Formats: sequence, C-alpha cells, structure tokens
Amino acid sequence: MNDAQVEALVEAAEEGVEIDGLRIAQERSGYRFETPERTHEGLSGSELRTAAEESPWFVSNWHYWTHVVGGPESARHEYLRWVEGADDHAVPERYEALSTGLTREWGQLSITATLADDGVRRYDLRHVADGDRAEEDLETHVDPLDARRIATYDDDGRYRPLSTAPTLRTGWVYPDLDGRALVETVEFLYPATVENWNRERRGELDITHFRETAERQTGIYSIVEGLSVEELEAAAEACCVDSQCLKRRMWDEDEETPLDVPRGEEAFPCREPCSLLVTAARKFVTLGREETRSYEFELTPTEKEQIEGIIDAVADGRVGEIREADLNDGANRYRARYLRALRGGEHGLSNTPTYPEDHD
Amino acid sequence: MQALVIVAHGSHLNPDSSTPTYDHADAIRATGAFDEVREAFWKEEPSFREALRTVEAEEVYVVPLFISEGYFTEQVIPREMRLEEWDVADWGSEDGVSASSATYEAADVEKTIHYCGPVGTHEVMSDVIVRRAESVTGDPEVGAGFGLAIVGHGTERNENSAKAIHYHTERIREMGRFDQVEAVFMDEEPEVDDVTEFFDSEDIVVVPLFVADGFHTQEDIPEDMGLTDDFREGYPVPGEVDGHRIWYAGAVGTESLMADVVLERAAEAGADIGDARTRIEERSAPSVAGE
Repeated sequence: MNDAQVEALVEAAEEGVEIDGLRIAQERSGYRFETPERTHEGLSGSELRTAAEESPWFVSNWHYWTHVVGGPESARHEYLRWVEGADDHAVPERYEALSTGLTREWGQLSITATLADDGVRRYDLRHVADGDRAEEDLETHVDPLDARRIATYDDDGRYRPLSTAPTLRTGWVYPDLDGRALVETVEFLYPATVENWNRERRGELDITHFRETAERQTGIYSIVEGLSVEELEAAAEACCVDSQCLKRRMWDEDEETPLDVPRGEEAFPCREPCSLLVTAARKFVTLGREETRSYEFELTPTEKEQIEGIIDAVADGRVGEIREADLNDGANRYRARYLRALRGGEHGLSNTPTYPEDHD
Repeated sequence: MQALVIVAHGSHLNPDSSTPTYDHADAIRATGAFDEVREAFWKEEPSFREALRTVEAEEVYVVPLFISEGYFTEQVIPREMRLEEWDVADWGSEDGVSASSATYEAADVEKTIHYCGPVGTHEVMSDVIVRRAESVTGDPEVGAGFGLAIVGHGTERNENSAKAIHYHTERIREMGRFDQVEAVFMDEEPEVDDVTEFFDSEDIVVVPLFVADGFHTQEDIPEDMGLTDDFREGYPVPGEVDGHRIWYAGAVGTESLMADVVLERAAEAGADIGDARTRIEERSAPSVAGE
C-alpha cells in the first residue's frame, strides 16, 4: 500500500467500494468502512484514511484490481483473478500465499503469481515441466510477442500446427510479467483460450457442433458433411483427446448426439471443430468412400501382433522412444525391416496384391 | 479503443507461412497506431472464427493479407467472422481490383467491424513491388536497362487473381521506370517458365505476387524458370538463364513496406493511424543486397 492508493480509495469512497470483503459506503452519519476483521462507522474523511491505512492489504488489493488491471468485465480481468483464486480465498489468506508464490496450471503452462511493491502482482510463466528449474537454467523472455515463436516448434524441432497440442516446448521462462502481458503471452501460446474460458464460466460459450461446421464449409471442404457419426467418433478419438489436444471438447455431432469419446480435463473449452479437424475430416471422408475387401495373408501370430504393435507405436507417438537395439519391441526398426524383408514382396505384405484383378 | 486484425491463410504444414503476417503486425505494433494488433489465420490460430473475441477494442479493422479479391476475401473470411450482413457489393469493386471497405456487426461480439479489401489490390502494392525490385537488386534507382516480371498463380481457382497481376503490371508500366513490365503466371499463358522470351533487356527482375514464401515461390518458380535444377540447392541472385540475368525476389509479401499497405487499408476504412505510415516508411527504407 502507498499514499496514492489510500488517496484514490478515499476519493472512490464517495461512490461506494465493494471488493473481496472490503466495503466502504457513505452513510448519513459518515463513512462506513468494513472488512471481515473490523467495521467502523460514522467516519470522517481523515478517519476513513486512518482506517484504510490499518488494512493495507485490502487497500492495495482494491487498487490492483480496479486501477492496475481494470476492465472489470473483461476476460483478462477474470482470468487474472482465477490465477490467484481471488473468488475462493479471502485477501489475508491470498496475500500470505502470494508472498511465497501462488501457482496455477493452464494446459502445459505454469503461472506463478507473486506480490511486488504495494500489492502489485507479478507473474512467472513457464512450461509445467520446468516448474522447479532455476531461472538461470532457462531461456529468459520479456516480450509477449516471443511466445509465437516458442509455440512454433516442439522439443524435437517439429512444426506445431495446433497450438494446444500437448507438445509445447520446454526450457523457457517469462520471469516477471505484469497482468496484461501475462494474458497476452498466454493468448499467443494458446490463442482464444482465455476468452472462451470466460464465456463458458459466464454460461455464454457459443458452441458450434460438427454438423453445423460441416454444413458451412465450401470449396474442397464441402465434402466433410459426408462424415458418418461413427467416422466422426473415430476422428475425435484420433485428433481431439487430451493426448493430442488439450482443449476440452464441448462440441458433439449435434446438440442431441454426444460423441462417445472423452472430452478432456483441461480448464479451457474447445467450442468448435478446428481447421485441423476439418482438414482431417476431409481426408477421412475420402478414405470412407472405399469399400472393404477380404485379403488373405500368411503371418505367424507374433507377426500379426507385431503389425498391430507398429500401428500402436505410430498412433501413440512412441516411435522415437524405441531403442535402437531393442529387438523385443515389434516396432523396433530392425524388427520392422526384418518383417519387410521376410514377408514383403513385389506386391506388398505377404506378396498379396492390393488389387488382385489387375494381376489376373 | 481501436484494434487491427490482420487475417492471412497460414499453414498446417509450413511454419514460414505466417512469418510475413507476424512481421508486418509487429511493425505496425511498433508504431503504436492501434491499441491492439492481432493476427488471425485460416489454418492457424487464432482462427478467423475466434479472432474478433481476442481483442478488447470496440472498433476493429480487419485487413486481409491476401493477394486478390475472391474466394477467401469474399466468402471464407466474412462467413467465418460472422459478418452476417456482408454483401460483396458493399466493397464497390466491379472490376475485381477496387475493393474498399465496409462496416458490419459480427454475430458473436459487440463490436463494429470494418472489413477492408485485400492488400494485394491496393494501389500502394505497386510501390511495394517496385521496392521489392530495389531490395533484390540492391539498387534504389533500379529501372533503366531492367525488365520487371510480376508472377501470379493464375486462374486455377479465381479469375480475380490474374486481374490483380495485370492491374499492378499496368500501373508500374505507366511509371515508365523499367524498360519493360510483363505479367506471367504459373498455370496459364504467358508462363513463368518462358520468362526470358518476353524480355529484350539482359536484366530481368522477377517478383511473385504472393503473400508468403512457400513451395510455389521457393521451389516451383525457381525451377520453372531454370534458375536451379533442384530447389534444395537454392538459386543464385542474380542467376543466368538463356543469356539473361534473372533477379528473383521471392514473395513480395515479405517486403517490409507491405505493412504500409495494411495501414493504408485500415486508414481508408476510418482508422486513426496518426503518422504511423511515415514511421513504417522510415523503418522499411530500401535495404541493399549483400549488406
């Protein structure tokens, strides 16, 4: 708390103040000053000033939310309050916690709020996996704009077309952001998540279900309307579960037809199939146009399970983890090459042609 | 409060596709002309669908970083941004190169949306093409003794695509600065493959009217012109082809002066940009190759 904050509070008292347990009202007998700990009535202006000075945390808390953060209805304001659990924890309890750092997770982000001078909050933002690492061991950033580049590649240097995929790279930190810059940075890492989260908690999230999104498509994407509900479930299972995207899926086939696929656990919602899902759906529709056929392959039981294991390894993104000489893993490269050398032929697996009619 | 939202295509596959959009947005941010500047993409995030809710300002200027009036600017963007009253006639562009701006409400936010024509058909874009020629040759006076070829995609999906190319070709021709100015295309006549046949001058500057560098500008066009047999090995600037020296500039959209066109679009739609254009022009003064 500082003198300017007290002056601003006394000035605001004329209009009435109410925030986080602090209430100031102008009554006929004078000002009424109230916190959960104490109540004063019939105060003159200078007595109000004294009362305020005796509750410095309440004063600086009021000042931070009304003057520093501002925009009382904005997603930014609500988000910063969520970061420190302002709606669930009283000011004294929160200030105690903020003095050592109060940490919240948002997808793969770890946000720690602390107190600087006069109750102003500062925020440390980093990857959850870097939670305990010393600042000097991490690449330090100041400018929220850098976050776009942090989000571009994963730890293996591969391009991340989906910002909320659980592949955010590690090894960086924003050690000292103010509230506005924190929200900007989060919004560069996970675009629109803060705004959609806020809409949802106000009961105003505008969900667009798959059928509506599909119907709207034109050009090369107009065919996605043709996806069946079974195919849509497989698509959501393939692309939208937490291992692939951290947004919590709130859309379904339509309002009446929920998909039997886990929605996800994160705080921020997915309000509509994204461009990546629509692009994938286009491919899935074209795949679905083919009729199934019967093929006959000669494989040992272990070879059959090996092929299934290879599909799992690719689907679960495990290929890079398989050790070079781990010949017990069916998806090991030597094992896959051996299978191809032994069972592959001019016509592919088990030398069975894909289109036997072309070879009659 | 006023916000600028720059909308571009983006890519699921190519991380460089969004680079020019970010660069121009940052240049405009640095001028301080807008309270907020945000990028939005068809293939990246925030999506066109959710971009408007990411800004707090009530007045929003939406400028498409697209080359031509057509499918994206006339159908996809207004639809995805929920500009329900959108009518292409509001742009007053009967010839496909004269889009101005129009003002709407969007269905999902309480804001006024000024939807501007694409950067590619703005007259200042001609200056950007010339600037690109200056940049690639390292000569701020480049013109005499040089031919200029402007490369377009062609009519594959959109007839207005060629109109934008012809529009700037004609305007730059009228400047009288280059010996010769010609439009060439990737998938229609006259083809970029034969570019040297269309010019008498030994030196030819080739500027593709594309927003971002990608496989068209970095792989197809250099190979089609015979500048390189294999794009992976790169191409020389200038490079010798059929007795001509080809100065291949890469996508015009990467030129820093593009930010000026974005600002101009927003200003014409009513944005208060102060002296931001001057600041962009100073910042994007011609660079000299090799420095």
